[in-house]
Amino acid sequence: MIEAVIINGLVSAGVYALLATGFSLIFGAARIINLAHTAFYMLAAYLIFTLATTLGLNLWLSIVLGVAAVTFLGVLTYRFIIARVRIHDTTTLIVTIAITIIIQEVLLIAYGGHFRSVPAMVAGYTELLGVRVTYQSLLTLGVVLAVMLGIWLILMKTRLGTGIRSTAQDREVANLMGINVPRIEMITMGLAVALAALAGALVAPLFSLEPHMWTHPLVMVLAVVILGGLGSIKGSLMGAVILAFSETLVVFYAPAGAYLKGAMALTIMLLVILLRPQGLFGVSFEEER
Amino acid sequence: MIGLLGSYLRRPYKELKGEVLVLPSRTIVVVFCLALLLLPLLTSDSYTLRIFILAGIFAILAASWDLLSGYTGQMNLGHALFFGVAGYTSALLNTNAGLHPGLSIPIGSIAAVVAGLIVGIPCLRLRGPYLALATLAFPLILTGVIFAVPGITGGELGISGLSVLTGSRVGDYYLIMVLALVLGFVMWKICNSKTGLIFHALREDEVAVRASGINTTRYKLLAFCLSGLFAGVAGGLYVHFMRIASPSSLELMLSFQVIIWAVFGGIATIYGPMAGAFVLVPLTEYLRNMPPPVDEMRMLIIAAIILLVLLFMPEGLVSRLRDRMEKVCPRCKIRNIASRHECRICHTALD
Repeated sequence: MIEAVIINGLVSAGVYALLATGFSLIFGAARIINLAHTAFYMLAAYLIFTLATTLGLNLWLSIVLGVAAVTFLGVLTYRFIIARVRIHDTTTLIVTIAITIIIQEVLLIAYGGHFRSVPAMVAGYTELLGVRVTYQSLLTLGVVLAVMLGIWLILMKTRLGTGIRSTAQDREVANLMGINVPRIEMITMGLAVALAALAGALVAPLFSLEPHMWTHPLVMVLAVVILGGLGSIKGSLMGAVILAFSETLVVFYAPAGAYLKGAMALTIMLLVILLRPQGLFGVSFEEER
Repeated sequence: MIGLLGSYLRRPYKELKGEVLVLPSRTIVVVFCLALLLLPLLTSDSYTLRIFILAGIFAILAASWDLLSGYTGQMNLGHALFFGVAGYTSALLNTNAGLHPGLSIPIGSIAAVVAGLIVGIPCLRLRGPYLALATLAFPLILTGVIFAVPGITGGELGISGLSVLTGSRVGDYYLIMVLALVLGFVMWKICNSKTGLIFHALREDEVAVRASGINTTRYKLLAFCLSGLFAGVAGGLYVHFMRIASPSSLELMLSFQVIIWAVFGGIATIYGPMAGAFVLVPLTEYLRNMPPPVDEMRMLIIAAIILLVLLFMPEGLVSRLRDRMEKVCPRCKIRNIASRHECRICHTALD
């Protein structure tokens, strides 16, 4: 039992970490709460489903195409919709909700409300600690680790990363130092949406697809970033691990109370931020201008 | 006799002419209120009345969100909590203790005030996005609790069989419309009082408010309680009108919908969010009854309309229209119709 909890917990922690990192990145660089984040994740999963199952393309090719298309769409949405209203906080919030509803309704009209599934990228399974682990789960974990490492390298070791981090720290000063802030924000949005799309590609074979699949991950991502501290990659990672395991524990040890998994995770988040209002690793926004 | 009547009527007439008819926005509000109250005389179609009743209930809810989040800037993403708490409390009191709606709705609203305190006190330490996302958690946690004790709350099915409000559709309509308009007016008055000014200042600069010797904690909690009270009335009316209290009243989408109505109309105005609800709720229902390709796409159409309106009027539909029709006198800050060249009070030249 405990082994199954570990494996399943790790997989969902990986997915939440990918989603939360992207959410946190765009919040950090542009101070946008992008509630459409998991809608892009859902869109990517559906696109890959269409390309691979309906059009019969190679699965890997469809993943690349799907992630690229969704990233492009995300950047377009940012450039032509979100960037225009972002000085009005609440309006930005509603605009991202409207984008989410549009994506959901388009998928609902195009595919109906049925559950769909995507074939696994790698078939088969192996025995680990006496638990049956599909190669798909292992692949998911591997990709998550590689991507997180890649993001960390981009943020810490490249000029682009320095630009993103300084924009997140102080927009005005970053601008004065010759950093093209609007461009950095657009690139960050692309990066964030690409992470969401990648998460969508990874879960497509693991979970079934339906046009409301964005709600639960959205709530979990919000809880993860708040728990870990907004704008902190380390925090998102820790938050994802904590909440994913609390969810998995509820599902495995109290199957009858599986509907409580969301409530459980949110309660943990509330307790933590009541003790630490800036989250576990969050930067305090006290001096925010 | 006629002279006596005339002298009684002269005051209100002068007030009407001098305070209401000089401004197009106030004229529109008065005409709109009269139209709402006269609607049952024009149509007795119970479906039409039902849509407007729901719009009225949601208008109270949207305005109560505006009182809290629009004015004080305490972003509440879980406004459905107040609606649901009041709804469930009214429903439980009504079905188990047999309380009349006239009692169960006020008690439900008090329960929502308590919910406001329960959310407000721990959230005092949080600000900005942390506050927004923490408030989002409360209704979802409560949904979990409701599912956990189906014996009391009816679980997924909810509590049904509540007693009716008045027994007739037209009676319900008048009760809810008058309440919506009166409560809307009360909220507008609160927000235009000194308290409202402090709420507004809290949003702009909390440190400056504290530096002015104002107890910000007390005013923030007051905003949470007032908002809970009005949202609670809406919640109680809703369950008694629908005669069922179900977990859908705590849904994430309802919380989002409240913000959509409010932002669509224009925040920090009270009448903006109410107008948003009165436009979007009937519009959704209208699209639902359109021929096949349109009815399935109604949510898509609504979302596209919201997106377009906000793209071109990010401050909200009503706020933009008001600013188009009226301008503020630079000297005495009194609103004037846009066609005037000098202020109607102090005769300062308007640009």
